[in-house]
Amino acid sequence: MDLEQMLSYQWAIMTPEFIILGIATILSIMDLFMPKDQDRKILGWIAFTSIIAAFVSLLGLVDLELTSILYDTFRLDSYAKAFKLLLLLGAALVMLLAISYEPKEEMKEYKGEFYYLFLTALLGAMVMTSSGDLITLFVGLELLSLSSYILAGIRKKHLPSNESAMKYVINGGISTAVTLFGLSYVFGLTGSTNLTEITGVLSANFDTQQIYLLGLSFLLVFVGLSFKLASVPFHMWAPDVYQGAPTPVTAFLSVVSKTAGFVILLRILLSVYGAAPSGSSTASYPMLIKMQDYIALLAGATMIIGNVIALRQRNVKRLFAYSSIAHAGYLLVAIAALSAFMFDAMWFYLGAYLFMNLGAFAIIQLISGKSDNEDISAFAGLYKRSPILAVSMGVFLLSLAGIPGTAGFIGKLNIFMGTFYVDPAHYVLASVMIATTVISYFYYFGIFTQMFFRPPATDEKIQLPAGIIVVLVITVAATIVFGLFPNLAFDFLHNHFNGFSDMFQ
Amino acid sequence: MNLMIALIVFSPLLGILVLSFIPKMQESSIKLVGILATLPAMVLSLAVFSQYKNGTELFEYNLKWNWIHFGMSEGVFEIPFELGMDGFSLIMVVLTSILSLLAAIASLHIKKEWKGYFMLFLLLEVGMLGVFVAENLILFFLFFEITLIPMFFLIGKWGYHEKEKAAYSFLIYNGLGSAVLLIVIMVLFARTGTSNIDVLQQLLTADAGHARITDSVKMGLLLALLVAFGVKLPIFPLHTWMLRVHVQAPPSIVMLHSGILLKIGAYGLIRFGMGIFPEQFTSIAWLLATLGVVNLLYGAFLALVQKDFKMVLAYSSISHMGIVLIGVGALNEAGIQGAIFQVVSHGLISALLFFLVGIFYERFHTSHITKLGGMAKGMPITAGFLLAGAMASLGLPGMSGFVSEFMAFLGLFEAMPVLAAVGCLGIILTAVYLLRAVLGMTFGKAHREFTGISDIRSFEWAPVLVLVALIVLIGVYPSVLSEPLQATLETIMLGLGG
Repeated sequence: MDLEQMLSYQWAIMTPEFIILGIATILSIMDLFMPKDQDRKILGWIAFTSIIAAFVSLLGLVDLELTSILYDTFRLDSYAKAFKLLLLLGAALVMLLAISYEPKEEMKEYKGEFYYLFLTALLGAMVMTSSGDLITLFVGLELLSLSSYILAGIRKKHLPSNESAMKYVINGGISTAVTLFGLSYVFGLTGSTNLTEITGVLSANFDTQQIYLLGLSFLLVFVGLSFKLASVPFHMWAPDVYQGAPTPVTAFLSVVSKTAGFVILLRILLSVYGAAPSGSSTASYPMLIKMQDYIALLAGATMIIGNVIALRQRNVKRLFAYSSIAHAGYLLVAIAALSAFMFDAMWFYLGAYLFMNLGAFAIIQLISGKSDNEDISAFAGLYKRSPILAVSMGVFLLSLAGIPGTAGFIGKLNIFMGTFYVDPAHYVLASVMIATTVISYFYYFGIFTQMFFRPPATDEKIQLPAGIIVVLVITVAATIVFGLFPNLAFDFLHNHFNGFSDMFQ
Repeated sequence: MNLMIALIVFSPLLGILVLSFIPKMQESSIKLVGILATLPAMVLSLAVFSQYKNGTELFEYNLKWNWIHFGMSEGVFEIPFELGMDGFSLIMVVLTSILSLLAAIASLHIKKEWKGYFMLFLLLEVGMLGVFVAENLILFFLFFEITLIPMFFLIGKWGYHEKEKAAYSFLIYNGLGSAVLLIVIMVLFARTGTSNIDVLQQLLTADAGHARITDSVKMGLLLALLVAFGVKLPIFPLHTWMLRVHVQAPPSIVMLHSGILLKIGAYGLIRFGMGIFPEQFTSIAWLLATLGVVNLLYGAFLALVQKDFKMVLAYSSISHMGIVLIGVGALNEAGIQGAIFQVVSHGLISALLFFLVGIFYERFHTSHITKLGGMAKGMPITAGFLLAGAMASLGLPGMSGFVSEFMAFLGLFEAMPVLAAVGCLGIILTAVYLLRAVLGMTFGKAHREFTGISDIRSFEWAPVLVLVALIVLIGVYPSVLSEPLQATLETIMLGLGG
């Protein structure tokens, strides 16, 4: 590749990535040369600004036609753009949480890392979203994972944090190996790592003898990627990691990392298994349709396990880990139904989940605070101590529980509609989804009980840092506004991204 | 565009707004605002009622805005924000707004955290009003769920000893009920592309049938509806949550719960069950009538042995909701009219009785029948009203209870005479358990001194008088209800092919 060709690429489409990469590099250097006793918070604000800048630059690219560079390994299609917006938004809010994070032991020495590792993790997620090739995809996945491993264990002297990082690394390693193993079949069968080429090979003259191999690779890839989604069968790490990791990191894992996981899962499923035939005749329907039942099974198991085990949790972060597993299950329902609403439903749900979950984590971070008291009783009497916090938390919990008037409800409604729209309708899956939703009332309203019905243990006033206030204002407003006027979001999606029709071009 | 309905439904929000600016320790101004905030809805709904009486057609009040649309192409899967009324919903709206005002007055007995209480109370009113004027199923569901959340807190925070258990029980049972309801709604919506009640009615009752909703699907949906509204009504054996709520919730809230919220079940069954699936409804009418008789007898028998007056009333509610089912199951004009009359009549009567329970509780901190014995000596006027409420409830001619029971049974005797004969036992039992309880309280052996106990007080007069007046009005002049209902009934009968 000569210089001329290098320069002829439209590098502009990578502007958001370059901003994040550049600032992450600059921050790591600044961190090295800053005096030891100087407050690192400024680095956090720089990181936050860079995410906003990347967000704005992405907005500038929104109406760009499909563009791909570097031999189609990096593509900016509408699918990538839509989900990158969510990733950047989520990361910006997480960064605000991180800036306001004050753990007991004041992790002064490595606070710099704390900020720029979020940026590298975000960069990984963004590369995953845009990848048109299994290799870039994997590089992005690893960048995200490795940064998250360190982030989970960043509280060096905090035992649960160390445990969490350890478990995360081991589980992550296994899942990555499984994913790669599955992808190796795809490469072996098609001779290409490029997704577009794979689609072409599989949909043209594919040797039907090899269908079973491809089916095996489907299961391996799906199981491997379920690690990032925190869905069954790779969900076991979530409770321990969520509990031990610093709260902003938990928030990051539950929102940004999960979104990235769904984005890449859907891209692989559609471009590889959506193209492959499921039988010997050329008219047979795609393999993905045949695999729907497996996805539905895992979705059902995820919802049941997440919601039922959450019932018995006393630790709030653990509870939210199971809640996050349950929400992964709801999202899988949208994939299992494969209806015309799937993209809308997933995009909207991930967006709604981003707001409600990050808002909830902001309050959890505030309440557990320096004392590291993450027991659910820490919420006791919150209404007396700070009515505004209690009501905000109330909004998030209602939204998580899917009560009308909140964004969470519209998200669920949309997923739900998809399951009935297709023929034959997924009655069982939908029933499981709604039954587990009712189960989830128990634990979400358990927090309500603490906040509103129990007397407070202390009368200590709660200090609201500026970062948290911003997060709360944005998340509460978004949860309610998108709950009452969801078409603000849907219209944006439809006007700018045209149903993701350029995904396979 | 006529904004009247939207004003009625959302006027309590104004109260919430004002309340949020009042400091939480200013008890009297909070209570004043709380009561005043229920007034606009009542005045406006009465205005609509009188305009309707003077010949204004109800569809003139219909209201429709674009709200949500799913999917890519225009036109499909729209959920407009549409409110409207027919005679049935008009009556329910008037009933709701009146009972809300009276319950707000009864809320003067609330002892703590008035600000939160009245804000939730007003939100509950918005939900209740909205349920009856929603023109599409999704909007109906939305308002239905809005009632759920305030109720959870009102029970759990301001209730009695086992309030949290009652609140959870309420939440989970109703949550399951509304979950089933949501499935029905979404199947209809996803398969027909509309959730408008009238449009669905036309689509599904068309002779050709609907391509994506077969008859067996319809039957499944109707049975699911029966479960969903059966929880709300409640139908035996889905009733346990309701007993807890009746006993544990503050009386002012039970007035609304028993007066309005239970009736949403009846409203839903008649409006959606009968309206959208008339054919299937006809074929399970026997089931409804049987369930009705079971409800009637079960409630009556258990009410006989209760020691707590609140439990008597709770079981009496179950028993009386049986009459609604009986009327609906009869499938003829008299029966359905009786069912709707029972909905209104029981709403008024139970509100009256629970208001009186609130008075007892405020003075004696108990509602046990024996502990209240001999009350007629100390509080003769209250005891008199109690007797009046009980008489209305057991169906004394000249009061609303009589009209509704008479018509419901008239309908059932026409359709299923044997079942009706068995059901009549329930009416006798009703008289027995009510008289036993009321006589025990008023003339029973006195367990306490009644000196220093004040009889009915200034602000307590208003609700009692209004309720008794309405009960008698419907009893002696039933056309006040039957006239507005005429059109609704005709539509339903047409759908049922009668």
